[in-house]
Amino acid sequence: MTTFEYAPAPESVRPRIRERYGLFIDGQWCAPQDGRYFETINPANEAPIAQVAYGSAADVDRAVRAARKAYDKHWRKMKPADRAKYIYRIARAITERGRELAVLETMDGGKPIKESRDFDIPTAAAHFFYYAGWADKLEWAMRAGRTPHALGVCGQIVPWNFPLLMAAWKIAPALACGNTVVLKPAETTPLTALALAQIVQEADLPPGVVNVVTGDGATGAALVGHDDVEKIAFTGSTEVGKGIARALAGTRKRLTLELGGKAAHIVFADAPLDQAIEGVVNGIYFNQGHVCCAGSRLLVEERVHDEVVARLTERIATLRLGDPMDKNTDIGAINSRAQLEKIEELVRSGVAEGAALVQQPCELPGRGFFFPASFFTNVHQSHRIAREEIFGPVLSILTFRTPDEAVEKANNTPYGLSAGVWTEKGSKNMWVAQHLRAGVVWCNTFNQFDPSSPFGGYRESGFGREGGVHGLYEYLRA
Amino acid sequence: MTTLAPVTVDAVMLEARAASLGKRSIKNEAKRVGIDLAIRCIDLTTLEGKDSEGRVRSLCAKAVSPRPGWPSIPSVAAVCVYPNLVAVAKDALRGSSVRVASVATAFPSGLSALEVKLADTAAAIAAGADEIDMVIDRGAFLSGDERKVFDEIVAVKALCGPVHLKVILETGELGTYDNIRRASDLALEAGADVIKTSTGKVGTNATPPTALVMCEALRDFARRTGERRGLKVAGGVRTTKQALAYLVIVKETLGDAWLNPDLFRIGASSLLDDLLMQVEKLELGHYAGADYIPKD
Repeated sequence: MTTFEYAPAPESVRPRIRERYGLFIDGQWCAPQDGRYFETINPANEAPIAQVAYGSAADVDRAVRAARKAYDKHWRKMKPADRAKYIYRIARAITERGRELAVLETMDGGKPIKESRDFDIPTAAAHFFYYAGWADKLEWAMRAGRTPHALGVCGQIVPWNFPLLMAAWKIAPALACGNTVVLKPAETTPLTALALAQIVQEADLPPGVVNVVTGDGATGAALVGHDDVEKIAFTGSTEVGKGIARALAGTRKRLTLELGGKAAHIVFADAPLDQAIEGVVNGIYFNQGHVCCAGSRLLVEERVHDEVVARLTERIATLRLGDPMDKNTDIGAINSRAQLEKIEELVRSGVAEGAALVQQPCELPGRGFFFPASFFTNVHQSHRIAREEIFGPVLSILTFRTPDEAVEKANNTPYGLSAGVWTEKGSKNMWVAQHLRAGVVWCNTFNQFDPSSPFGGYRESGFGREGGVHGLYEYLRA
Repeated sequence: MTTLAPVTVDAVMLEARAASLGKRSIKNEAKRVGIDLAIRCIDLTTLEGKDSEGRVRSLCAKAVSPRPGWPSIPSVAAVCVYPNLVAVAKDALRGSSVRVASVATAFPSGLSALEVKLADTAAAIAAGADEIDMVIDRGAFLSGDERKVFDEIVAVKALCGPVHLKVILETGELGTYDNIRRASDLALEAGADVIKTSTGKVGTNATPPTALVMCEALRDFARRTGERRGLKVAGGVRTTKQALAYLVIVKETLGDAWLNPDLFRIGASSLLDDLLMQVEKLELGHYAGADYIPKD
């Protein structure tokens, strides 16, 4: 009898992709001033997808000037309800083109299509819908008697792990508050930001309100250093974030940073273990672990350590790694060769430091960048893999004996973006949550996002909040 | 009585996991294999007060040969009837691979004296039942009398001997996933060969999260004892899509070893018609229409 195995189920939509993308400045597509382009590839097969303009400092200057002009001429003067209308239009267009955008996101970044389809794109649309609603109600976000004012031109730099969603997190509140923006997408994942630029163009926003300048770190640095930018919002690595903070120190520019993390995911012995395992799997293997709030440090109460390890070993064997475009793929491609090498280096360090490595039994595709779902046991706080952000599908498992010890170990990190707690005892859950120093604590769940809920870090995970009413304050002055 | 400690279940994450399994895309060859498997796992059921000899004979004919002229379509696993009709079914199915299952123990409420339940079961077995679908006393379970539930299963199992015993938890009346998990553990420890979701007689029958939590109990039982016991989902499973979703839950929670009629059943009446329609769609490239499928 034939066994019941899933046949390949590739997503069939083919998105419109241009051979070459220019910069989106002042409502127009234009060539980069010095004529340079770079290639963006599909990390699942290393095939080139398109040529993308490399924005220089001169291009950034053009974009900022366009944004300033749009701010002075149109956007700041527009009735808030009319601004909302444009933002709603963007939200609807993202929803209407959801499948195409999902395929594009998966092609360019390597994440499984089920995640881009069910999470990235709908959540991006939800952020535009949510902030569109705020545009004409900003007084209600302020303390009584205060009047909200926009800031001006905002420079926004987004990472490669959730390209369109991070662009939405940044652009939607900025526009709702009456600012204009220059967006710099990540070098390896520019395509959905460029698709968003097309949507902005089709939505007929006044030229210059949204500008997209593709490029690399130098492009971002030019944006950070531009004199006419009032605010920089950055999501990315802590190292780059620190550089930006240094560059902006002593200037008038505002800054929000959403940086790395090494989140503690705490599992008590009285947790509903099957569901806790699902939470752990979601926490570290979602988007191949390319998640700043990933639950990458599992703190397990010692008495259930062996059982949790046994269950997790069984569970990761059922994860389906492979073609990200297959609707049944759970683990897609690592975003880039550089990231794969970084993951491999840290995993080698874990083995060298004496931790025990467990990996899902599977064959990796011959082409493209892949890394199996993995975890380390016998990890100690002094190991690099317990302290440094791996940003890949690699979990470090540590143990604790009491709630005090769990909290102490959880907080013993330079980061503080997120944390998770699993226990059936409500009072313990609340007590632990109160004592964790992290921007978001998920109780008996993980990776829950909603536009109405603020998100952001403590300490080296950054400052400022995105999402919710708190997200508005970062783009307003009273 | 079992010394097993209660296992807790988080409803939010359980439902999220069941929903994510429900998104598996089952196409082409996988769908064809899945449909055949689902047909082989069906307990084709008629449990109505108006059931008669004629009705049961029609159903048995369909159970043996669901789609005349299409010999590749397998027979279903069993026909499930009330005790009074077991002899008729047994006669109608003679010579086929299809087994006769009978509900018993004061189905569907289970609210009779143990002696009555045992007599009910004994009559069904005497009439030739290969399998018994008993119900637990939900009132006793919910009032905390786990011992009564446990002991009744033990008594019925003792009477059944080699006859396959399915224990219906009636999950729609248990209220919480914690309770469903506890009832599953009790039934397995008491000797159930199969744990079954529902009678089909209450508002909520089999659901994907319910099946998932029962699979977790079965998986843990196998881990604890080395012994594989079975799952039956029943009530409200009408479409191919639903049936395939249950196969996915079983496959990814228990493994391929459970994907056969010894360890997995679907109790249904109209599901078979939809499965046959989908086979025709796959084979012919178009929907033939409901009138091309024998309705019995």
